[in-house]
Amino acid sequence: MRLILALCLSLLAFPALAVQPDEVLPDPALEARARAISQLLRCPVCQGENIDDSNADISRDLRLLVRERLVAGDSDDAVIDFVVERYGEFVLFEPRATGSNLVLWLAGPGMLLLGGIAAFAFLRRRSKQPTEALSAEEEARLKEILKE
Amino acid sequence: MISELGHFALVLALAVAVVQAVVPLIGAQKRWSGWMAVADPAAVVQFVLIAVAFGALTWAFVTSDFSLRLVVLNSHTDKPMLYKVSGVWGNHEGSLLLWVLILAAYGSAAALFGGNLPATLKARVLSVQGMIGVAFLAFLLFTSNPFLRLAEPPLNGDDLNPLLQDPGLAFHPPFLYLGYVGLSMAFSFAVAALIEGRVDAAWARWVRPWTLAAWIFLTIGIALGSWWAYYELGWGGFWFWDPVENASFMPWLFAAALLHSAIVVEKRESLKAWTILLSILAFGFSLIGTFIVRSGVITSVHAFANDPERGVFILMILGVFMGGALTLFAARAGAMEAKGIFAMVSRESALVVNNLLLAVAAFVVFVGTIWPLVAEMLWDRKLSVGAPFFDAAFSPFMIGLAVLLPIGAMMPWKRAEVGRVIRQLIPALILAVACGLLAWALETGRSAVGPVAAALGAWLVFGALTDLWARTGRGAVGGRLQRLGRLPRADWGRVTAHAGLGVTMIAVGAMNAWATEIIKVVQVGESFPLHGYEVTLNKVEQVEGPNYLSTMAEMAVRRDGREVAVLYPEKRVYPVQAMPTTEAALDYGFFRDIYLVIGDPQDNGGWAIRGYWKPLANWLWIGAALMALGGLLSLSDRRYRVAAGAARRAANPVAAE
Repeated sequence: MRLILALCLSLLAFPALAVQPDEVLPDPALEARARAISQLLRCPVCQGENIDDSNADISRDLRLLVRERLVAGDSDDAVIDFVVERYGEFVLFEPRATGSNLVLWLAGPGMLLLGGIAAFAFLRRRSKQPTEALSAEEEARLKEILKE
Repeated sequence: MISELGHFALVLALAVAVVQAVVPLIGAQKRWSGWMAVADPAAVVQFVLIAVAFGALTWAFVTSDFSLRLVVLNSHTDKPMLYKVSGVWGNHEGSLLLWVLILAAYGSAAALFGGNLPATLKARVLSVQGMIGVAFLAFLLFTSNPFLRLAEPPLNGDDLNPLLQDPGLAFHPPFLYLGYVGLSMAFSFAVAALIEGRVDAAWARWVRPWTLAAWIFLTIGIALGSWWAYYELGWGGFWFWDPVENASFMPWLFAAALLHSAIVVEKRESLKAWTILLSILAFGFSLIGTFIVRSGVITSVHAFANDPERGVFILMILGVFMGGALTLFAARAGAMEAKGIFAMVSRESALVVNNLLLAVAAFVVFVGTIWPLVAEMLWDRKLSVGAPFFDAAFSPFMIGLAVLLPIGAMMPWKRAEVGRVIRQLIPALILAVACGLLAWALETGRSAVGPVAAALGAWLVFGALTDLWARTGRGAVGGRLQRLGRLPRADWGRVTAHAGLGVTMIAVGAMNAWATEIIKVVQVGESFPLHGYEVTLNKVEQVEGPNYLSTMAEMAVRRDGREVAVLYPEKRVYPVQAMPTTEAALDYGFFRDIYLVIGDPQDNGGWAIRGYWKPLANWLWIGAALMALGGLLSLSDRRYRVAAGAARRAANPVAAE
């Protein structure tokens, strides 16, 4: 049984778990920056995972690439630009607020503004309205209720 | 044979649903009480038939009937019984069957407990409920039949995705569906009210319990899913802004908004048209969620294009129901005249602001979720929208909500004075700021997220307590304490839910700002420090589970030389699906979780180990549980029970006749 078990285990390819000990940079400040950048980059072959969490080989390559650039002295933005240049804006989890993406970024504030104006207009109307007098029908009903 | 019975019951259910959709609607229009009365038995019979079908499918899974295609694809004889049963809804066809089962359950509940509803309204509500049933039963039967047989049954099945073989996830879909589908009741009530042309306080009182129930289930469902992700995926993330998560989060936000606006209709006969619109949108987003999850459209437009049948069908259902309801709304909303008059500063306006923030927040989630799709269709741009976007674009609304909530919750109806409310809240404000400063002083990094979240969360919790205390009125402390117990459950519910939101916020901030991580190669017998604890890798061994093989480590966690816990993180392989999973081992604590994961063996004989210290992780689920409990308390409030009691009293004479 042991043998079969060992055989089964060896037959199955284990994917590596996210960030591996051998990837970690000796300089903690640089490593922290690498981790922060990794969380902004999407694994190109996974379903919505960032490269920091992903087990895919390409994510490991990208993590190593990010660290390589950081060690070479690139700024955070330069590293991200470097990756986006090679893999396209698909890998960017936070779309850049340029061109048509402005719609995405302004959707919330714009909607808040529109909704705010509508809500304000509504509230003003409600607060300005004089209390309505009862209609004749309601008056009669009120009398009926009071009599009971 | 049993499967064929199930299939047949499903076909019958469709026929009954058609009757339920058509006959009561005509009856209500023509005031024929006989026709209207068809709705009740139809709703109950539809539920019983679908329950038979669901039972048949469950039987097939439990007995591992591999002549059924669905069982082959999702089950295996070695699988533990719990997962054989949860395998029923762990796939497209079965989960849709669960969807219609819950839909019919709500419908029959309305039929059985809706005795106090006016006959025409009840008939119309059940008719709309029947229409939704027709649509989804047709979808199930024509595109996703769970009872398909195989000509040559294999000896064993393909097993369920191992990630899904987990107690947390076994119950996640049913709760989520109870929530999604519960919102169909609000939708049916809204459409029925539009047809009737009448929305009043009584209507809101009938709608609110259903919405509350749906919201409670959604809260529990989302929390279960988040908890599962936290312990199962292996790095302690609890929310990823994944399209599937967003699909459940949007209806939650809308349901939360609806809960609050329905109060205004109930108490003040205002905000009627908006409440109707919210009811429609809340269910609309449930349908959108179903579409997103079931069509695969978000993962890739191409996956959708390759197998468009199901996606197009759901899109048609969505179009028909939303188009129909919104057209009806446009035609009739003008008739919903608001009655209440209130000042610019009042509880009413506070609730309007609440609705504005929740609705816009949900809209942001929606735009972010579909943006990659839009960009690809319109400009052929392949882009991603992920956590960094949502953190930046969504959080401000939640912060705004948290700042305003305690003030708004304490405002009286009609007219309020901000100064008076704030004066009452000064102690809460001081405590909140103190909590923020304390967090600032204690933290090692200089992150703003942690202290801000701590202050906001504390503001919500202490604000809720102030709210509760203020409800006891004036006088001696003793008298007020006595009155505390006699407060309506709705008050307790509101306060509990608001405090729960605060607790959740504190936890989110703490987890994002202060969690620490260590990634290391560790030799057997070696120790390493983890945020004040000392963790030792005692041994690593191979273990065999019922349907998996496992590499299990034994790790001792010590603090100041004293053993705190012995944890057994695992790496499992499920041979049938050839899929490895990580089973993190956690030591749950009130203030922190210790979270250990074992990785690959290294060349030098050591093991890759990941350890996390997660501050206040449990507060996430405690906060969610408090929110759900608050909803439950509110649901059990006297005014709803009185309504239910009235129904019973009304029913008795009928029985005596």
